[in-house]
Amino acid sequence: MTTSTSLVYLIALPLFGATILLLAGRRADKWGHLLATALSASSFGVGLYQLSQMLSRPTEERAVGQKLFSWINVGTFNVDAGLLLDQLSICFVLLITGVGTLIHIYSISYMSHDENRRRFFAYLNLFIAAMLLLVLGDSYLNLYVGWEGVGLASYLLIGFWNQKPAYATASKKAFVMNRIGDMGLSFAIMIAFATLGTVSFSGVEEASHTASKAALTAIGVMLLVAATGKSAQFPLQAWLGDAMAGPTPVSALIHAATMVTAGVYLIIRSNFIFDAAPTAQLLVVIVGAITLLFGAFIGTAKDDIKKALAASTMSQIGYMILGAGLGPAGYAFAIMHLLTHGFFKAGMFLGAGSVMHGMNDQVDMRRYGALRKFMPITFITFGLGYLAIIGVPPFAGFYSKDLIIETAFNAGGVKGILLGSTALLGAAITAFYMTRVMVLTFTSKERWEENQHPHESPILMWLPMAILAIGSVTTGFLFTRGDALANWLNPVFGEHGEGHEEHLFEPIVVSGMALVAVAIGVAIAIMKYQLSEVDSVAPQNVSIFTRIARKDLMQDSFNEAVFMRPGQKLTSLLVRGDESVVDGAVRGIGRTALGAGAVLRKTQTGFARSYAALILIGAIALIAGIWVVTQ
Amino acid sequence: MNPYNYLYVSAILFTIGAVGVVVRRNAIVVFMCVELMLNAANLSFVTFSRINGTLDGQVVAFFTMVVAACEVVVGLAIIVTIYRSRRSASIDDASLLKR
Amino acid sequence: MLTIQTPEAVMFWFLAPLSVIAALGMLLVKKAVHSALLLAWVMITLAIFYIAQDALFLGIVQIVVYTGAVMMLFLFILMLVGVDASDSLTETIPGLRPIAITAALGFGGLLVSLIGRAKLGHDAYGLTAANSEGNVQGLAQLLFSTYVWPFEVVSSLLITAALGAMVLAHHQRAVPRATQREQAIARFRGASLGSAAGLPNPGVFARHNAVDVPALLPDGSAAPNSISATLKARGDMLDSAQFELGEVDNTVTEEK
Repeated sequence: MTTSTSLVYLIALPLFGATILLLAGRRADKWGHLLATALSASSFGVGLYQLSQMLSRPTEERAVGQKLFSWINVGTFNVDAGLLLDQLSICFVLLITGVGTLIHIYSISYMSHDENRRRFFAYLNLFIAAMLLLVLGDSYLNLYVGWEGVGLASYLLIGFWNQKPAYATASKKAFVMNRIGDMGLSFAIMIAFATLGTVSFSGVEEASHTASKAALTAIGVMLLVAATGKSAQFPLQAWLGDAMAGPTPVSALIHAATMVTAGVYLIIRSNFIFDAAPTAQLLVVIVGAITLLFGAFIGTAKDDIKKALAASTMSQIGYMILGAGLGPAGYAFAIMHLLTHGFFKAGMFLGAGSVMHGMNDQVDMRRYGALRKFMPITFITFGLGYLAIIGVPPFAGFYSKDLIIETAFNAGGVKGILLGSTALLGAAITAFYMTRVMVLTFTSKERWEENQHPHESPILMWLPMAILAIGSVTTGFLFTRGDALANWLNPVFGEHGEGHEEHLFEPIVVSGMALVAVAIGVAIAIMKYQLSEVDSVAPQNVSIFTRIARKDLMQDSFNEAVFMRPGQKLTSLLVRGDESVVDGAVRGIGRTALGAGAVLRKTQTGFARSYAALILIGAIALIAGIWVVTQ
Repeated sequence: MNPYNYLYVSAILFTIGAVGVVVRRNAIVVFMCVELMLNAANLSFVTFSRINGTLDGQVVAFFTMVVAACEVVVGLAIIVTIYRSRRSASIDDASLLKR
Repeated sequence: MLTIQTPEAVMFWFLAPLSVIAALGMLLVKKAVHSALLLAWVMITLAIFYIAQDALFLGIVQIVVYTGAVMMLFLFILMLVGVDASDSLTETIPGLRPIAITAALGFGGLLVSLIGRAKLGHDAYGLTAANSEGNVQGLAQLLFSTYVWPFEVVSSLLITAALGAMVLAHHQRAVPRATQREQAIARFRGASLGSAAGLPNPGVFARHNAVDVPALLPDGSAAPNSISATLKARGDMLDSAQFELGEVDNTVTEEK
């Protein structure tokens, strides 16, 4: 593999920024945000340079690596801190640094009134560095470092306004649920090391041809657990909604465009494992299908604009996981959906931030309405993202989502029909709830509170939104033209026997069905929210389904009843056990020592002569010993 | 008669010295009993030297004498110091470790 | 091969019991001075034993160093601390004395029985060969060859001990000695003026002026603090009443 010495700058630049900003403290308040943005942008520049270098090389030599240092060197277990930039990584690098830079720019204005803006930018840079390490690591262990790094950055940023206890709790919740997924990843690494003897991507790929199916399935399932934790998939999805406690740019960058897609990256990066372990792959598909409906249902009932978008994110990542679980046919489409989603969802989150900015941080959509007139740019950019996500041609989401639905139908047999219909149903619901968001926010009647003076956001905020909107319009078309992205990514996925192209439906039929589903969803939403009155307070006499959906399909109640309460019981039991058994033993030792001391103290008279008598007795014992031994 | 008889004397003198250390309360007398024990040991060394036909035992006895002299010098100085501060040469009075 | 001549045996059977008795006496006598003298005797018998066992040099050193220097040091310290401080032999720590005696009997018994059982594996050699060039020369040979390192170490120990004794014996005043003027002021500032003018002198005016006779107070009683505390402690105090005048002759013969 070709080596490149400049890969490290991708990570080093934002990491340097985070270090400087955190160490310099308040001294950096004046220029910290500028430095962070500049470093993020320069990292993007390095990414573009790498892309141009990559394009100039023939296909088989496009992947480059860089060994930084020998990290772990124990016996036969050798791990280098090494970086790998291939066709898959470069997509992520450009997404992370590109969208990241735009969000840096956006945040300069969005966070301008926050006195901790410098700290915010330091964390953003830290996140960028960790996320780049995640996608650039050339082994699972290096990936793990980045994986934990983004977890930390996410925790810090969700709890950025931790003066509010609810926000601090939300960050803790995200951290703890992520931890479960991280356990999965560490287990996967351990199993890989124990059974395959290596943890590098290339090593595992090589070993996967000969390894036992059971080991690969175990690794695959553990990787899936990791992915569900980081990507908020069923059953570890509960944290994402609360993660909206963080500032909106964070939601856009971390909880929509980049970090939450790390699970998809992990699964696609481990394609060799899942290809060889069909059971694990099936589980991936099931998780994806469940989550895409799960998120969609939650999305229909949420009145908080950010939470509605978060539910949508969960659902869209469900699509990606579904695509990633469909095997070689779906990998490229999953990545494509990931990239297009990165554009339109980030754009919509920034739009939501812009709306909140104009509405005094009001997040309840039932208090919005008619903002189209007051925020035209936000309306247009958000609207473009909206068209992209519901899958209207020729916007980006149409291409990527349509391809996933099509691939799902083509999975074959009952599985194919089930998955395809699920994806189709998801598309319809997506259209419904996204239209609901759009209508409630921009086009329906005013339902503002007193003293609301909606206004358009400054250029630093709408410019990134506009760029992302352009992305959400064009990317889908660009990626699919001549299967550009699929061909580009192909070398990463290795050789697969092409040609099991047994279409259940013709592509045009699938597109037609998808468009019909979308149209139905949009129509219902418009009827319900545009053409009829909307209460400014959420009505309480609603059906049981709405109530459950409002409560996130009981996910928190479920977790609380099944895990938290028994866990609490177990903990208090253990505490009691600790107090009585462990502490008891410790205190018992202390008490024994004290008692023995109290008894033995009596022998300490303080008189030198009694000590001399004891010495004499000791000498007698010694001599008696000699006497007995020499008898 | 054989030279072992000297060893018996040495053992008896040593025992008497040991009892004196335990029983007597005057620090100086206790000290003298320690000296008696050292001398008893010396007698053993000299006897062994004679039995073994080498002079090493006598050399060791010589070293013992030097060490005993050192001990006497320092020990008596300590006794004088204690006496000066406590007005007593009884070792039972110096039982501060008890409290 | 060693044979012990009759004179040595006689000497042994004569001196050994004496030394043991002296040692026991040292344990039992009340006065520390007597203990010291008895110990000196034990040491002298030991010196004789040394000489009898062909350890001429050690015998001489025993007399010079122990009975000469060490025992004199003991006596000197005894004088310093107080000769009259005779110990009471009653035991103050309960149970210590029976323990000590039982332990001593056990210890001595075990030791003696061990010596009785011990076998050397060869006959006693005697020092005739080793002392062929003279005892002192033989010792010097060993001391300055095999044992030269212990010898040096012991010599440094001796110097250290001398320094240590000096440090311990050196007495530094915590407060300066009171001057006469300060003492006089303290007397007058004291709680009572009774001794402000100094203690009364001993002696009964005009009848007996020895230092061991307390002075008479104006009311005719004796003043005990007019004589030295040492004399009082020693019991060398005379009764001043015997020098008291029975009656004062006030008959005045007028000069004509």
